Amino acid sequence: MGFHQTKDAGGAVVVRVDGQLIVGNRQELKDLINGGLDQGERKFLIDFARTGYIDSSGLGALVSLSKRVRELGGELRLSGLNEDLRSLFELTKLDTLFAIADTPEQALANF
Amino acid sequence: MTSPLQLCIRRTPSPGTTALGTRVQLKMPSEIACIEQAVSLVTRHCLSGSAASDHLRFRLQVALAEALANAVMRGNEEDPAKFVQVDAELFADHFRVQVTDEGIGFDPAQIPEPVHPEQIAEACGRGLFLIRKLVDDVQFNEQGNSICMTLRRR
Repeated sequence: MGFHQTKDAGGAVVVRVDGQLIVGNRQELKDLINGGLDQGERKFLIDFARTGYIDSSGLGALVSLSKRVRELGGELRLSGLNEDLRSLFELTKLDTLFAIADTPEQALANF
Repeated sequence: MTSPLQLCIRRTPSPGTTALGTRVQLKMPSEIACIEQAVSLVTRHCLSGSAASDHLRFRLQVALAEALANAVMRGNEEDPAKFVQVDAELFADHFRVQVTDEGIGFDPAQIPEPVHPEQIAEACGRGLFLIRKLVDDVQFNEQGNSICMTLRRR
């Protein structure tokens, strides 16, 4: 459970969500991304291939993080959403706010 | 370290009939840190003994996580003196999960739709919307401090 952070050869920060992204740990993810922004990182990918479920607080954290990253001239992308997870974004129309790729490789290919 | 969650399971002799087979009750403190474990426990007991699809499991997990977060944070305002009660009734073809807090309640009709164009980019306000989309029926008590969610085992 938790967040696993690596850096892609192209310079993107890749955060893998192991477990859930929910009200109990959303601040940890926000601290991770905001810490990267403070260090000058501008390209972020959050991968959900190992995620069980996301709650509305987790979705809200992604919205606020994406907004802050964009304001600083960067981009936050998502990958690895299974059919159920993707449906959360579609139901809430958040799929219109995020670049969503099937795999981290696809998301990073033209990052 | 012992869990602060108090779980009670009652099974009747004839599960699998249309009559009530099992009742699952859980009492949890108003702590955000307890929500994930409570979701896991209630989900496991609601779906035990049946070939539940991953989709049904997902719908229950998210709806329950939302209902518990609302109860802990908005209903009980994380007051350590207050508790959240989960009461699940399991039937052969469906189950009902009721989540009750000790707060003053709220009017669900006053919650704005989060998918309106001006609301989409807001950071909060999607919880009740997701519950309504993920479960088959949602009912509130008159006070607005108890939500009852029904999911069919399809």
